[in-house]
Amino acid sequence: MSSKADWPLWEVFVRAKRGVSHVHAGTVHAPDAELALQNARDLFTRRSEGVSLWVVKSNDITASDPDDSEALFEPAGDKSFRHPTDFELPDEVANM
Amino acid sequence: MGADVDALQERFDQLIEADDRIEPRDWMPAEYRKTLVRQIAQHAHSEVIGMQPEGNWLTRAPSLRRKAILTAKVQDEAGHGLYLYGAAETLGTPREELLDRLHTGRQKYSSIFNYPTLTWADVGAIGWLVDGAAIMNQVPLCRCSYGPYARAMIRICKEESFHQRQGFQIMLTLAEGTPDQKAMAQDALDRWWWPSIMMFGPPDTESVHGDQNMRWGIKRFGNDELRQKFIDATVPQADLLGLTIPDPDLYYDQETERYVHGTIDWGHFWDVVKGNGPCNSERMATRVGAHEGGTWVREAATAYAEKQAQRAEEAAA
Repeated sequence: MSSKADWPLWEVFVRAKRGVSHVHAGTVHAPDAELALQNARDLFTRRSEGVSLWVVKSNDITASDPDDSEALFEPAGDKSFRHPTDFELPDEVANM
Repeated sequence: MGADVDALQERFDQLIEADDRIEPRDWMPAEYRKTLVRQIAQHAHSEVIGMQPEGNWLTRAPSLRRKAILTAKVQDEAGHGLYLYGAAETLGTPREELLDRLHTGRQKYSSIFNYPTLTWADVGAIGWLVDGAAIMNQVPLCRCSYGPYARAMIRICKEESFHQRQGFQIMLTLAEGTPDQKAMAQDALDRWWWPSIMMFGPPDTESVHGDQNMRWGIKRFGNDELRQKFIDATVPQADLLGLTIPDPDLYYDQETERYVHGTIDWGHFWDVVKGNGPCNSERMATRVGAHEGGTWVREAATAYAEKQAQRAEEAAA
């Protein structure tokens, strides 16, 4: 089924404006990075949605396994002391 | 193993119950995945085939401005198809497989695109009615339980709004024009009205997948309710244009404050779905021809990319 006419998948990240990070927007198919950028430009920035683009081959992304979510993310759940709101201060301390 | 699947199913059910989103790598019931791939792919196919009726008028748009607008709109339809194929691919079905299902007729696209665009007014009617009906269908999909589909729909809905307005403006210009121009607008409305209200699908009493899709948060409203909302929104717009909805039985019910429409010819609808519409074979031939005609371009680009990569490797060695 797969042939030379089938291009690999790329993930596209768009920086909406200066001062903010690139954010994942979607995917394109392209034979190489240069055309992936061109296709991303045509697909995701037709209405001035971006000032910069990143493309990366989907196969090159390593993602966490949803089955590991508990082990990875739950330990943070019982450590509310990492947040400033966990500490009650006397009213007299106006700004801290 | 059984216990594992039960736990996974329970987690899935909890997310659906909480109106949270399912993401690509999450476990999901096989039937949920299959339903989504089918729905998203058929939606993508519709966007792609949808370029043809309007593309028919690109070279004959009445002004350079109209031509630029229509080009942008057709380009958006291609983009919508690509957003949607991308969302379907996150469910594990590759792009070439999705296209193959369209090209071999194993999957359908919206029957609305099997009608011809006979005059420039048809471009207006498509934007106003077809894109208007699509928006009515698509806005609830922005809250679909499957994350990538919902995100694609948010982008699409933002762009559809331009499509509907440009269509209405074409109709308005014609309706305010010469008697011939106004007659042209009326003729387009006459031909597009019934197919447009059929776009919402068969009555809920005959809809096959409706209930399960509601429970899964893939569908939020029934076909009849969306159709009613569209009619209630559109009839006053036709009045504003000074055009007549081609339904002699249509009336406004003071009590329910809703329009009541005449009988829809579902026999005709199913006939077009089965392939007997005026343009079914032409649309498919054009699509398959475009794909096959482009094979050498895709192959050449792949060969070029391979050569460039090889040269870079040699230079580095």
